[in-house]
Amino acid sequence: MSVLIDKFDVFAGGFWLTLQICVLAAIGALILGAVVAVLRISPVPPLRAVGTAYVNTFRNLPLTVVMFFAAFGLPALGSNADFLRIPVLDSLFNRLGTDLPYFRFALIALVLYTAAFVCEALRSGVNAVPAGQAEAARSLGLTFGQNLRYVVLPQSWKASIVPLGSVIIAMIKNSALIGFFGVVGDLSATADQLTGAEGYAFIPVAIGISIGYLIMTVPLGALLDRIEKRQAVAR
Amino acid sequence: MTTGEPLIVLDSVNKWFGPLHVLDEVSLSVGRGEVVVVIGPSGSGKSTLCRTINRLEPINSGAITFDGQPLPAEGKALAKLRSEVGMVFQSFNLFAHKTILENVTLGPIKVRKEKPAVARERAMALLDRVGIANQADKFPAQLSGGQQQRAAIARALAMQPKAMLFDEPTSALDPEMVGEVLDVMTSLASDGMTMVVVTHEMGFARHAANRVIFMADGQLVEDAPPAEFFANPRSERAKDFLSKILTH
Ligand SMILES: Nc1ncnc2c1ncn2[C@@H]1O[C@H](COP(=O)(O)OP(=O)(O)OP(=O)(O)O)[C@@H](O)[C@H]1O
Ligand SMILES: [Mg+2]
Repeated sequence: MSVLIDKFDVFAGGFWLTLQICVLAAIGALILGAVVAVLRISPVPPLRAVGTAYVNTFRNLPLTVVMFFAAFGLPALGSNADFLRIPVLDSLFNRLGTDLPYFRFALIALVLYTAAFVCEALRSGVNAVPAGQAEAARSLGLTFGQNLRYVVLPQSWKASIVPLGSVIIAMIKNSALIGFFGVVGDLSATADQLTGAEGYAFIPVAIGISIGYLIMTVPLGALLDRIEKRQAVAR
Repeated sequence: MTTGEPLIVLDSVNKWFGPLHVLDEVSLSVGRGEVVVVIGPSGSGKSTLCRTINRLEPINSGAITFDGQPLPAEGKALAKLRSEVGMVFQSFNLFAHKTILENVTLGPIKVRKEKPAVARERAMALLDRVGIANQADKFPAQLSGGQQQRAAIARALAMQPKAMLFDEPTSALDPEMVGEVLDVMTSLASDGMTMVVVTHEMGFARHAANRVIFMADGQLVEDAPPAEFFANPRSERAKDFLSKILTH
């Protein structure tokens, strides 16, 4: 087990990188997912169709395939995803601004994929609001946007928050894939490095990595449990 | 009672839910200040008729005009039209996360862009008119059904609508609360509000309505003044319907 102490800096580095991509991907997926959710519930049929097509595509493809498209498709299109080199953000999350584009590619794939699930979590919250609420708002003359803002969303976020949390936890675990698509040094890639190149025993390394993921996921899960209990009491 | 051109006109309106023909060549016109009560057996299309008038349900063919204008399609113009037509639902549909006062002021503030103080003042006057001014700061769940429905009427009136649609406003109420809601509606009717009311309250139909419309299987079967309709309904369907509800 000494590897946990000897190679603490490697684990910590992997943890930090995984945390970075997860924070960025969570922000991206929440924003994109919200946009897709608005499309899916919009009164305009073509917009609804776009939203539905998006969800059906990304929810039903394996993340690996989406990663493949991002890692091999974007370069083939001549893109290095440089639009993600966002000033300020890239000094906080240093991999965002590197010349090697794989972190950005992986981030895009994770965002695209997770946004489909975020959309559905938000929509399940909206569906939990009785249809009569939105109908009453429409009959007063509120526009679609006003209806969402003043009537539906204030009542739906409560029902969305727990499924959203589950989506983010799943995303953190899914991020373990990025090591296979050229991102060097995330938490799961740490295993490869330590057991392969440096010859450490597998089990202790795996335990170290598990601890890293659990540090991110367990508090989130506990928070969700608390929110869920509070909502149960309020009901 | 009726003056000038009618306020609401339905011309050969057809509506299908899938294979179900819910509105079958329905033509109807409602004059300004007129009170039209819609009755008929369950599933005959009364709610659907009511909901087509502010386009909560779009129609498949035919035409509907409100105040001389054809109903606009989705968008700003439709929102404006809806703001001019008050709607009261069977299940009240008060905004659950807002107080009664906020329920009544939301439309005037957000749709009409009124100053909050102005909207509040009129809201309080309306709540007073329907007898629940003392409930203004409570949430809908804290009120009785009858109080909630009166709040919902006040919410619709706050938009100063040209017409009011009621879809079985008293059907979800305990019997002892029906009267308080009907009283408010009767006073609205006598103030000259144009009203389309789907209801099973035959007393209200007799006393407050100018016309009674009887629907069956999506068709408008009879259209007559209440005295005439109740004394001698012409169709078998209406006779049958009346014999069923009046014996209870
Ligand atoms: N959204 C919908 N989708 C499919 N069918 C519907 C829908 N709304 C209503 N219907 C059907 O259309 C028919 C007419 O419904 P509607 O609600 O207008 O009847 P109603 O006269 O108001 O009946 P009730 O007295 O029970 O309220 C019914 O058979 C109903 O099942
Ligand atoms: Mg009905």
